[in-house]
Amino acid sequence: MREDGPRILSILASRFGDLDLADDAVQDAMIEAARTWPDRGVPPNVGGWLMTTARRRAQDRLRSAERARRRLEASAPLLDEQRWAPDVRLTDMIDEPRVAGPGGAVDEPTPPDERLRLLLLCCHPALNVDAQVALTLRLVGGLTTTEISAAFLIPEATLAQRIVRAKSKIRTAGIPLGLPDRLTDRLSAVLAVLYLVFNEGYLANDEANGSIRTDLVTEAIRLTRLVSELAPAEPEPLGLLALELFHQSRQTARIDALGDLVLLDDQDRATWDRHAIAEANRVLARAMKRMQPGPYQVQALIAAQHANAPTADETDWPTISSLYAQLDAMSASPVVRLNRAVAVAMTDGPLAGLEMLDQITDLDRYHLLWATRGELSRRACRAADARQAFTKALDLAPNAAERRHLERRLIALG
Amino acid sequence: MDYLIMNHTVEVDGPAPGTPEFQELMGRWMAYNQMLIDNGHWIGGGSLTPSAAATSVAKSGDSVKVTDGPFAETKEQIAGYYIIKADDLDEAIRLARAMPADDVVFEIRPIAFRPDA
Repeated sequence: MREDGPRILSILASRFGDLDLADDAVQDAMIEAARTWPDRGVPPNVGGWLMTTARRRAQDRLRSAERARRRLEASAPLLDEQRWAPDVRLTDMIDEPRVAGPGGAVDEPTPPDERLRLLLLCCHPALNVDAQVALTLRLVGGLTTTEISAAFLIPEATLAQRIVRAKSKIRTAGIPLGLPDRLTDRLSAVLAVLYLVFNEGYLANDEANGSIRTDLVTEAIRLTRLVSELAPAEPEPLGLLALELFHQSRQTARIDALGDLVLLDDQDRATWDRHAIAEANRVLARAMKRMQPGPYQVQALIAAQHANAPTADETDWPTISSLYAQLDAMSASPVVRLNRAVAVAMTDGPLAGLEMLDQITDLDRYHLLWATRGELSRRACRAADARQAFTKALDLAPNAAERRHLERRLIALG
Repeated sequence: MDYLIMNHTVEVDGPAPGTPEFQELMGRWMAYNQMLIDNGHWIGGGSLTPSAAATSVAKSGDSVKVTDGPFAETKEQIAGYYIIKADDLDEAIRLARAMPADDVVFEIRPIAFRPDA
């Protein structure tokens, strides 16, 4: 049923041209299922039953809207006919011929286009990123508002409100359920949302909510896989999928039994998920065949260098360093430059890395900049600098595991 | 749907009327306007005088206060506007992008109701 809801929603949304109506109809069908299946049993064709029920509920809702419209029209006969004209199209749809007969549930495969359209709508740049994330998880991922709000640690009412506002913006601004001229541009917004969802789960490690939040990792991977299937000609979805799988392969190794962070160098590589790494390698190879490099493919290549190195000492730092140079040229983000500085330090020594850190000007509030500065200063035997930087990082670190890690680094300085 | 497109831009002196540069610029805007008309998008529009000519009138209850200057004293000001017909937001964005203007922010607002439509 997790898969069916979004699939049916995307079909109904494009058939009726109304996202809200489609969403309400799918909810109706789910409620109907919960009400009747315990007595009557689960129908043999779950997807078909849900599809037929949701479509009928959408038609019922349209009919009652149509009745309300007629009542209003009758009481206000002077209103210009023209203003009501668009609604006529909706009523035509009510009796469209594809309705299944009684009991004859029709299981229609979703055309890939329709799910892609829904994804692109949810991640339309005219919506803010929070709204994009909420809509994508709710409408394409099929998560409930309760699940999403728990995963993002925000009150359910806030999230529900966010979704209502986003749907209202879609309706009033006229954001279409269409395929854009330039799919690549719009896909990059979808991928950014999915990577954000992934990181929200991957980087979470507060004890109370850890497991709820790591569900986001699985969900992000599932949706990234979907995008790569829906847009098979595009290499970047495959790049992101490979990147997520490489990260996921180390998910258990990066946190120890006490909930503390374990650095890449110190991780037990035997615990890395070999299946995930093998799949990531295959996915990345498929992406690279397209010969259209992009930031996710380059990040996946960097992750591949780590994932495929038998020991930390055998990591190919010169290659990683040049991949970061490429990524830096593509994205010009200070966080990329920070990572590049780390790779440079591993290749050419800590002083070269520190020199590159000095050129980063706009990350003063980012704890990892200071943690990196501390680490490179320590390696360059500048203990006082290292102490100062770790202390600053400790002030800025957002979660307990990272703070504990920094405290240990400070103690190790003596 | 009908949309209002407002062109927010830093006010700079354009080419003076009568110069070839001015003719060239006007030619590009006229071609753009004609495209809107030919494709059924045109409802209305115009370019505005610089905001130095703006007057703000604040009304609250019985009090009316007239002041010199635009509503917001920002670096960017509204230089012109269009009212267009478009199928959806994506089409409105395409039409805005096609304008012969640079270093500009187009604010696109759906029009909720036009009594003359």
